[in-house]
Amino acid sequence: MYTERVIEHFRHPHNMGKLANPSAIGKVGNIVCGDVMWLYIRVEKDGQGRDVIADVSWETFGCTAAIATSSMVSDLAKGKTLLEAIAITNQDVAQELGGLPPVKMHCSALAADALNEAIHNYLSEHGMPIPDALRRRHEKIEKDVAALDKRYKAFLDREQAKEGAAAAGEPNSCN
Amino acid sequence: MSDRVYLDNSATTPVAPEVLDAMRPYFDSVYGNPSSLHAFGREARRAVEASRATIAEFLRVLPEEVVFTSGATEADNLAILGSAYAPRRSGGHVVSTKIEHHAVLHSINWLTSHGFDATLLDVDGSGRVEPDQVRAALRKDTFLVSIIAGSNEIGTLEPIAEIGAICRERGIAFHTDAVQAFGKIDLPTPSVDLLSASAHKLHGPKGVGLLVVRKKTHISPTTHGGGHESGRRSGTENVPGIVGFAAATRLAARERDEVGARMRRFRARLIEGVGSIPGTRLNGHPTDSLPHIANFSFQGIEGESLVMRLDEHGIAASTGSACSSPDLEPSHVLVAIGVPLSMAHGSLRISTGRQTTDADIDRLLDVLPRVVKDLRDLSPFKVGEATCTPRE
Repeated sequence: MYTERVIEHFRHPHNMGKLANPSAIGKVGNIVCGDVMWLYIRVEKDGQGRDVIADVSWETFGCTAAIATSSMVSDLAKGKTLLEAIAITNQDVAQELGGLPPVKMHCSALAADALNEAIHNYLSEHGMPIPDALRRRHEKIEKDVAALDKRYKAFLDREQAKEGAAAAGEPNSCN
Repeated sequence: MSDRVYLDNSATTPVAPEVLDAMRPYFDSVYGNPSSLHAFGREARRAVEASRATIAEFLRVLPEEVVFTSGATEADNLAILGSAYAPRRSGGHVVSTKIEHHAVLHSINWLTSHGFDATLLDVDGSGRVEPDQVRAALRKDTFLVSIIAGSNEIGTLEPIAEIGAICRERGIAFHTDAVQAFGKIDLPTPSVDLLSASAHKLHGPKGVGLLVVRKKTHISPTTHGGGHESGRRSGTENVPGIVGFAAATRLAARERDEVGARMRRFRARLIEGVGSIPGTRLNGHPTDSLPHIANFSFQGIEGESLVMRLDEHGIAASTGSACSSPDLEPSHVLVAIGVPLSMAHGSLRISTGRQTTDADIDRLLDVLPRVVKDLRDLSPFKVGEATCTPRE
């Protein structure tokens, strides 16, 4: 079901782990869906004074495709200017991996979203202008997160009750 | 990899050599249609009826109470839909649990979309339903109770004998999905009216299952045609499959004590070994369980990744992670037993078979901690805090 490229990135992921002193972080995903992706970027000026993603890394909780797309989006973003990186889409990520099974396309969307969010956070923290396309994607991602939270409210409420019980000394949970 | 380790015997099992030997003549030597009048047909008919008698004896039911099907999914469908549309019934209520196999749950869902009512009972943290819950859920119009004998995901055994007695008292048909339990534990068949089983879970062939339909239990057929299986399931009998099912049953009967003891020992080893990895939990009952299934959750990692990493090391197991299911929600069984969401996606089901060895368990217990650590290194979720929250 997975291409060789997906398996290769899953087996030997690139740029994984936490980045020391990141300029910004993009956090996307929902625990209920089983995919959570954090993408770290370090932005530096290049010789021409442009903002460039000098380093990138990620931490992902997710399936084979989620890990492979994290690895791929980090490869695609590394060394790119912010403007170039903004243009990276989930289709680019999936295509570079030789395609993804239809049910896993959301993983590539997650990877592109994480990059989007990291760049958005960088620009807004530095009071820099946010391109319209980026802002629209950011708003859509926020809306999606809210919709997921709403859809899974019962799950998450129960979870919190569970965690309360765990804190009260429930055995064998998250030990 | 040449020396692969197969620990996914709840998905399916290898056909045992003696089962294959028993089946072989029924492909090209004894190939008649059991419904034919001539010698070819009569030979095949004898094989089918001898197989039926073998399995009936093992289950302590009458041969005519055994209906062969294409597998357990068909048997579950026949039990539930066949009961719902039994002669002189119109509408009514079914009682089941939240941890049934999809063959049962989706059949019941289909019924509720066609005017029937259903109550799906909660289970406790180990996956067990209490007989009193069943009693309390029964209504005047309840016509069927369907409860899995032993969970295919977490292995927990249900109190089938007690539930059967309650149903008997009330004159309500009782079905149990015994797919994983058949041949593994002593099933209390006298207290069951309908029972589903499958050959390929116990070293028999794929494509053959059965539904026990006790004499006084009325079901409607769901497959119509030539009136095979006493009108309860039309379609030419899968003769080699049925012969293989009987051979697998004989093998299970002969080996059950020995293999069962070995499986219980493996399970105890797994619980101890996996339990020593930080941030894990056993899903299911520690002891009141099928001998061959052990299900664990690993904090901070996702099950499909875990299965794929183990596969790289030549080890086959499975996960209740529904990462590839369209709704992306974790296993309904793990949710029903209250596994925290941060762990429900990170489940691993290890299931042993008659061919499993201590060396297989050694290999898993050697590889698993490394694979878990490797995946946790990639994950934003921190392990070791009660709240399982992402680290900042």
